[in-house]
Amino acid sequence: MTYSQPQIDLSPAVSDEVRQTTCYMCACRCGINVHLKDGPDGKKRVAYIEGNRDHPVNKGVLCAKGSAGIMQINAPSRLKAPLKRTGPRGSGQFEEISWDEALELATNWLKPLRETAPEKLAFFTGRDQSQSFTSLWAQAYGTPNYAAHGGFCSVNMAAAGIYTMGGAFWEFGQPDWDHTKMFVLFGVAEDHDSNPIKMGIGKIKARGAKVVGINPIRTGYNAVADDWYGITPGTDGLLILSLIHLLFKAGKLDLTYLARFTNAACLVNEDPKSPQHGLLLRDEDGKPLVIDRNTGKPAPWDAQGIEPDLATTWRHKGVTHRPVLHLMADRYLSEDYAPEKVATRTGIPAARIRQLASEIARTAFDEVITLDRPWTDFRGHRHETMTGRPVSFHAMRGISAHSNGFQTARALHTLQIILGAVETPGGMRFKPPYPKPATAHPKPHCKVTPGQPLNGPHLGYPQGPEDLCLTEDGKPARIDKAFSWENPLSAHGMMHMVISNAHAGDPYKIDTLFLYMANMSWNSSMNTEGTMKMLTDMDDNGDYVIPRIIYSDAYSSEMVAYADLILPDTTYLERHDCISLLDRPICEADAVADAIRWPVIEPDRDVRGFQSVLCDLGHRLGLPGFVGDDSGAKYKDYADYITNHIRRPGIGPLAGWRMGETGLQDGRGSANEGQLDSYIANGGFWMSHVPDEAAYYKPFNSAYQDWAVKMGFYDSPQPYVFQLYAEPLRRFQLAAEGEGSHQPPDYLRPRIMALMDPLPIWYAPMIDGEKDPAEYPIHALTQRPMAMYHSWGSQNAWLRQLHGHNPLYVPTKIWEENRFKEGDWARVTSPHGSITVPVAHMAALNENTVWTWNAIGKRKGAWALDDKAPEATKGFLLNHLIHELMPPREDGMRWSNSDPITGQAAWFDLRVKIERSAAPTESQPAFPPIKAPVAKGPSTLAWKVGK
Amino acid sequence: MTQLPPLSAVKLGLVIDLDTCVGCHACVVSCKGWNTENYGAPLSDQDAYGANPSGTFLNRVHSYEVQPAEGHAQLVHFPKSCLHCEDAPCVTVCPTGASYKRVEDGIVLVNESDCIGCGLCAWACPYGAREMDVAEKVMKKCTLCVDRIYNDNLPEEDRVPACVRTCPAGARHFGDLGDPESDVSQLVAERGGFDLMPEQGTKPVNKYLPPRPRDRSEDVDILAPYLAPVTDQPKGFVGWLDKALSALPGGK
Repeated sequence: MTYSQPQIDLSPAVSDEVRQTTCYMCACRCGINVHLKDGPDGKKRVAYIEGNRDHPVNKGVLCAKGSAGIMQINAPSRLKAPLKRTGPRGSGQFEEISWDEALELATNWLKPLRETAPEKLAFFTGRDQSQSFTSLWAQAYGTPNYAAHGGFCSVNMAAAGIYTMGGAFWEFGQPDWDHTKMFVLFGVAEDHDSNPIKMGIGKIKARGAKVVGINPIRTGYNAVADDWYGITPGTDGLLILSLIHLLFKAGKLDLTYLARFTNAACLVNEDPKSPQHGLLLRDEDGKPLVIDRNTGKPAPWDAQGIEPDLATTWRHKGVTHRPVLHLMADRYLSEDYAPEKVATRTGIPAARIRQLASEIARTAFDEVITLDRPWTDFRGHRHETMTGRPVSFHAMRGISAHSNGFQTARALHTLQIILGAVETPGGMRFKPPYPKPATAHPKPHCKVTPGQPLNGPHLGYPQGPEDLCLTEDGKPARIDKAFSWENPLSAHGMMHMVISNAHAGDPYKIDTLFLYMANMSWNSSMNTEGTMKMLTDMDDNGDYVIPRIIYSDAYSSEMVAYADLILPDTTYLERHDCISLLDRPICEADAVADAIRWPVIEPDRDVRGFQSVLCDLGHRLGLPGFVGDDSGAKYKDYADYITNHIRRPGIGPLAGWRMGETGLQDGRGSANEGQLDSYIANGGFWMSHVPDEAAYYKPFNSAYQDWAVKMGFYDSPQPYVFQLYAEPLRRFQLAAEGEGSHQPPDYLRPRIMALMDPLPIWYAPMIDGEKDPAEYPIHALTQRPMAMYHSWGSQNAWLRQLHGHNPLYVPTKIWEENRFKEGDWARVTSPHGSITVPVAHMAALNENTVWTWNAIGKRKGAWALDDKAPEATKGFLLNHLIHELMPPREDGMRWSNSDPITGQAAWFDLRVKIERSAAPTESQPAFPPIKAPVAKGPSTLAWKVGK
Repeated sequence: MTQLPPLSAVKLGLVIDLDTCVGCHACVVSCKGWNTENYGAPLSDQDAYGANPSGTFLNRVHSYEVQPAEGHAQLVHFPKSCLHCEDAPCVTVCPTGASYKRVEDGIVLVNESDCIGCGLCAWACPYGAREMDVAEKVMKKCTLCVDRIYNDNLPEEDRVPACVRTCPAGARHFGDLGDPESDVSQLVAERGGFDLMPEQGTKPVNKYLPPRPRDRSEDVDILAPYLAPVTDQPKGFVGWLDKALSALPGGK
């Protein structure tokens, strides 16, 4: 019998050309191969997108978002031309104008402002990946009111990491995937390091290492975790301190590591009457002292050859000084942190807390990893091997977006450090140019001089009260009140407070709100409905309370309708970008790397990359640094800036292919006109490997320090030790106790004294008060689907088929209590408001927690979706339940719904109650459709660009 | 009715690791992208920006909650595409011969020029792995990226299905399940890979690796010593510290 089958082409041409650039379907910044085919008109069209195998971030793999990029660049929601508002704000009525007209208008608004009161411009960027550039622009303009979105994202994680050990997770550090034997993942925001974490989990599972998930919700990474701890939201810090308690009690501490590489041996002033109480004993040069075990005498912490002593108490000028480790023992040996004491609150039984602690202890101390790699530390000790304790951790917004998130993240880093599991094999590893301690970062600047630049960078890491951004009368200098006594360490600013404060004129009124890529009238604001009102509110004269709003976005988002002038941005495949070492780099633990985007296709609309527009606007405004010698534009576009900007001698936005005296070189060098071409030829990125002997112990390792100087991360070796005891926090406490000339307002003293503890503490989320709020017993969370990025996914025809609906997921206990059944709706109420939404049952969930997918709900009329799209009819936001202010206190004041230390938006502190509801016609609250500046999309798609 | 070919020695297929699949849908969209642009008609979408968006996908990820008798509920992500069965009912049911199983490697394909869109094959498939493209009115299914795996225009390392190349967690493996020595066969043997719905008698080539047991409490007696207190005295910690430090470098 013969069998015949068709002949098929097994080797079709894949594409006409492959262009390699950097993805921007989320914040991960993977390398992509964009396959192009020639269209009938001769123009290149995107046929297929895949991961770039050579790229350090994703090594060839690509997530759903990345592969769906083709539907993003074709999305009907793309803005087409600059727009000027013609109807009332919020109506969505616009006329298209030319770029010249748009830029003249912006110049006419902003130029007089700069000459008189530059602080009246508030320039805030959202999920911006060009902050080193946008901040430079804002600094040249002279306003103190600049930040990106970190304040409502994960500043707690970043700030706690920087203050404790010179870096946190994601852009700062990663587990040692090659060696770790136990990976413990605390609540996470999926798009932060998404592909690397998936790759890492796959890699360690393949070799049988253990994955532990600590998260109220068992989806995604937690679904594949070998052990899951369904913790109650906001109590991660308490669980971590209980683990620390057990490890202290059992002496499972890496004492050598603590003595040498942390400030555990530094000496704390114990005299309550001393103005130095709680500060570290220092020598005349201001260097903290330790007792050298070789001599028994004090020595500067970094003196050559010393062995810091963890045990000895020292009396100096009649004052007892004790090593930091003793203070830690006093605190963490307390039975307050015993598993039995924290079990109810955390929702984790005491036996399971002990199990987790003992598994961590066993892995760290019984499964030690030794690499045969000699290295020399900054005190001149040569070590023949590198020794690691293979327990690694990762966390992001899940623990960060609480009002106790800073101390929780500090607690997590403390746990890592007492195990000796940071910058050691199998633990966590930093990614160059991190680690970099808080003292090596700038301090915040806020001094305004009309017509002049700001006196320095806006954002930074205060070391004490004297570094706050206050006016001469002690009021907040910034519109968001960042770096004020209310939120002293708000290292990323507080974007979530800008509109509310500007509307209230507190601390002052502004003139122009200039936003980029931030959907503030919808999913990026707390109190969404209130925010819409603030944006449209008028004063008695009929003028808008926030007089002018300029907005740049690539898409027809909900925010567009609320601006007066729209500057349409390009999509990610149509633009230049640099993912710079000056900013949020893409490095790996073993390599320093940066990357670009470049226009792999040309825009088919009258749109411009926002950064190029800022170059133009900077020139029109005459901003220093944006005007060339011939008084023309210094940078004709962003590509020109990327190539030619010099930040400090030898250092520019990109570190690869810089011009040296004898030719091209890495790190330092002058500008090279061919630099972008070199990046393009290399796949859109540059990478240089960390030398082997410098690969671990980076802050303490002389070889690393020397290499870092050579690469230009800093200009001289800057070894440091981890700050278990965070002295800057203690300085704020001292001020609150009445010490020094910089004094907080009285009403904030108790809070600063209680919460700015130099050793990690746990306190209940602020909104809870001191106890579980009986009226609102349920925690409500959002999390981001792996296949969607904030509001962006719904405009993508492929991705919205994966996540077009977002029911409220309800755990079994609450489901049964309310007798819910499939298809039911519920009214969910917080102290701030109510929503009525569809519910679904989910068992793999903390029993007191409900949750939904983030930002699936859309406003009718936005994103070029049909008004009947499920995202607009059944979709919903929890934002309506969250206010940017907490309920009034006894004195009538309303504090920001933020971490009192960093100002991080406390999204996940939300408490609700829930009851069954009759099914409404659509999710409540519902808003009328907004008129869109773009047409609706086609009904049928069959996107084949080849023949 | 269409005949199956003689059994081929080479049985190309996928091995999908349910222990590691995080349910990210990377494979789903990568598949959609490659197969929209390549083999046969594009995978179309209807009502793409409307109330009931619905498109053709050759691979989908389903999620199931599992409630064990004891312990916490679990969530299993379950990617599913054509399993390229040895006894493929979708082939034998085809009235025109459009559905066929390749002699060389066992891949089940649809010859779209012969497909009349009758949909019988989709009814016959017990796995629901075939989807009718509404725009083109032909039956679509996983081709195992037959236009990638032998493609001379691709670098050798890329000659794998798009879903395998893109899977971030490394949960998808491709190879010859007819060769007991192949990596995929070895993986199936080591991890207890299983057939989906074997009672259907379709002999699927694709295999699934089961999730490892979750939330297993280890023996507390073994773990207890790791948390044994170093002292039972209230002020004993510093004493222990002194003793512990003396054993370290620089100690007396």
